[in-house]
Amino acid sequence: MNDLRHYETPLLPTPFHARTEAACKTHAWANWGGYRTVTTFEDLAMEHSAIRNTASVYDLCPMIKYRIEGPDAVAFLDRLTPRNVAKLRVGSVQYTVWCDDAGHLLDDGTLFRLTETRFRLCCQERHLPWLLDSAHGFDVTVTEETEEIAALSLQGPTSAEILRRAGVDIDALKPFRMMEVPFGMGRLMISRTGFTGDLGYELWTTPDLALPLWDHLMQAGALHGLRPIGSDALNIARLEAGFIITGYDFIPAHVCLREDRLRTPLDMGLGWLIDWEKGAFTGRNALMKQRAKGPDWAFVGLEIDGNIPADGAILYRAQKHEAGVVTGACWSPTLKRNIALAQLRADLVKSPDLWAEIYALRELHYAKMMMRARVVDRPFYTPARRTLTPPARF
Amino acid sequence: MYDAVVIGAGHNGLVAACYLARAGLKTVIVEKNDWIGGAAVSRELYPGFTYSNCSYVSSLFRPEIMRDLDLPRHGLQILPYEGGALMTRDGGYLGMFRDHESNRREIARHSRRDAEAYDRYARDILRNCRLIRPMLMRRPPDLASFHPRDLSELLWLGRQITGQSEAALCDMLRFWTMSIADFLDEYFENPAVKAYQAVGSIIGTALGPMSPGTAYVLLHHAMGDVDGNVGAWGYARGGMGSITRALADSFRAAGGEIRAGVGVQEVRISGGRATGVVLANGDEISARRVLSNMDVRRTFLGHVDRKELPADFVKRVERFKTRGSSGKLNIALDGVPRFTALPEGAPNIKGDLHFTDTIDQMERAYDDWKAGRFSRHPFQDVMIPTMIDPTMTPPGKHFMSCFVQYAPPQIEGKPWTDADRDAFAKTCIDQIEAYAPGFRDLILHVEVRTPRELEAEVGLTEGNIFQGELTFDQMFFNRPVPGYANYRSPVKDLWICGSSTHPGGGVMGAPGRNAAREVLRDLRQPVDHMSDAYAIV
Repeated sequence: MNDLRHYETPLLPTPFHARTEAACKTHAWANWGGYRTVTTFEDLAMEHSAIRNTASVYDLCPMIKYRIEGPDAVAFLDRLTPRNVAKLRVGSVQYTVWCDDAGHLLDDGTLFRLTETRFRLCCQERHLPWLLDSAHGFDVTVTEETEEIAALSLQGPTSAEILRRAGVDIDALKPFRMMEVPFGMGRLMISRTGFTGDLGYELWTTPDLALPLWDHLMQAGALHGLRPIGSDALNIARLEAGFIITGYDFIPAHVCLREDRLRTPLDMGLGWLIDWEKGAFTGRNALMKQRAKGPDWAFVGLEIDGNIPADGAILYRAQKHEAGVVTGACWSPTLKRNIALAQLRADLVKSPDLWAEIYALRELHYAKMMMRARVVDRPFYTPARRTLTPPARF
Repeated sequence: MYDAVVIGAGHNGLVAACYLARAGLKTVIVEKNDWIGGAAVSRELYPGFTYSNCSYVSSLFRPEIMRDLDLPRHGLQILPYEGGALMTRDGGYLGMFRDHESNRREIARHSRRDAEAYDRYARDILRNCRLIRPMLMRRPPDLASFHPRDLSELLWLGRQITGQSEAALCDMLRFWTMSIADFLDEYFENPAVKAYQAVGSIIGTALGPMSPGTAYVLLHHAMGDVDGNVGAWGYARGGMGSITRALADSFRAAGGEIRAGVGVQEVRISGGRATGVVLANGDEISARRVLSNMDVRRTFLGHVDRKELPADFVKRVERFKTRGSSGKLNIALDGVPRFTALPEGAPNIKGDLHFTDTIDQMERAYDDWKAGRFSRHPFQDVMIPTMIDPTMTPPGKHFMSCFVQYAPPQIEGKPWTDADRDAFAKTCIDQIEAYAPGFRDLILHVEVRTPRELEAEVGLTEGNIFQGELTFDQMFFNRPVPGYANYRSPVKDLWICGSSTHPGGGVMGAPGRNAAREVLRDLRQPVDHMSDAYAIV
């Protein structure tokens, strides 16, 4: 970071780069937060299939990570986020969001309670000024630690078995809990979390142990179909699981130019996170007001007729009145359905008359379609093995 | 008999003339210098070296005008540039990078917090740009008028402003009135980061970074674009004179005529109407209307019989602030200067270079101006366009443009002398030499321009590069004076089309374009050849 010649390497390699580069047959790289990341290693369908059939590893290093530490860490986080942090036990993980004073979403992420007074916040965007400003008056330190941690996501039906083969006694670990084991000369933290909606784990260690960790997992997974996956395969899995991505499904407030694009947790269907009773948190007053009158927007899962993905489609009521926009869509190989996530006008959530306008470019001509869309429950896909403890062998 | 005579072949005079000629008006431009260009001028003052003698970078020039007037076909090329660096007194530097990640990592070398604060800052600047850009190509309403057009314009303006949330409205009003120092304090902690961001807030302005109103000046320098990249700046290939050369070509192609070498003595007025101009050599040019590209003070205090003007108007014009604050060194170099702080081969040298590393230091430079002296430790905006442009010098040689603040219109109340000018040049060169040892030995030729030269040669009153300061009290419907923001004047058929009018200075072309539109509107001529401002979506 402090290298004067950093500009010669605008996209940094992650600690796993030596392995991901060797495995990436397509040379399909993309920028994620200033790092080189793989979009597809070899074959998208094979990679998605591994998530649901065997197991996958995904390089999580570019995820922004903040260490929040101090006697007031709980109080600070309870103030920062709408969710109840005091209820988060040591060794547990919480999905969470945070807002500005106007209740507009800044980001979502996962909050790890490592000790009584130490947390890790993982997210998509950079928030150091916001976190530091919010920490005024709290006895807490906030440090960005993205580069101090190497993280891999191990996801899929055989992921538990692979960890067992790797020598980790994983059986007692429940969803949203974490454990720590010795690894090499250091430590490996394992959380039962993920972004696929399947059985899976996230593995956290220091960058010096990144390559040994990769090799160890690959060896343990050799007979269990373990393969690296890129962000394209992960995106299909996360859509099937109904998870949102900041910047894709909503625009975070601190970079949002157009005021009408700002969204609150209530607009995004995340009201269930809010603990209205816990006391003050940033954005509470604004959100209380919005709750009283009801949000203008809803965030929904859609099933859309046909098999053409509806990425970016405009939604209509009665085929003519604009009703919202699709923020993410795919043909779900797991469900054999055409699924989508969408921002939809809140008053139309129950409308039986929703349509998606799809333009399919086929050999230089557009096939224009108006396809019926139905609001369905999220997640679209949630297998029982996701939460089964102890996990099955596969 | 001409349909229109335009006084001054600066970029706005040329833009106005181009639009009039394209509408079929028989138009002539009168220019006092032997060359054209006004402050967008490139002259060869040292053999084989083309300078950008006054303005030196382009961002504000409206792309709608470039397209309408076919300027690329007449040779105009705007080159985006990369880089830029602010040298710090401790021997380090803060670089600027076009790549978002590189820029973030560079700021993080100085402050990790500031690196992550930059996105929110950039958003807020861009929000204000989006608000102001649609106003650039419109005639400001007259607040005192009940004319339907003024009322509808006022309504439009009201909708732009009230279309925002209360919070955004508050932020906007604060932004338009506050100092850049206060504004930057809300985002950043590192002095060098703040000093770099403050650059655009003082250029051409007789204010310091701690003066209220300088945040708006920053916006004025951020609202342009290069091919849609808002806030980016570029070089005109072949120097800034290529802009006015392309305009002149476009003008002549539309049947226009340019007479250079003799200036206007007086605007001829009879029966309360402008009927042409009297030249310094006694020649007269008759025209149905006169457009002045000179600044409003030079126009009305120097070239119009005062008896023809209402006293109140004259008083307002006299009070219109055109305080000069800037000087310029144009330097022919035998090679590339080596700035010790920059890593060998760093791209930063292709962009803007600065040597004042705190807001305080910039404010101290302004203190000298207030005392009537040029700054002992000046703020400089240094560019070497030949790092990118191969056309301006022989290979391996370079042209360096040094924009300098602060330089007062007079030195302690007395006119600049040649000795003052030379001392000013030495101060600037010494400052560069301190960061690039050996720089002085590379110098082949220097053109030094203080406000004295800017006034005498370009005609800018007191050397003010914007034809009037960009302070909020003289912007929009108050520019140049209330009631006359519509490019008209108390004298019928005498129009003003230069940077003294809305939306102000910089090589933007919008004042000239807006003035031409008003002229054609009065003539009930179609304006199909004039694009509206591109929509902001």
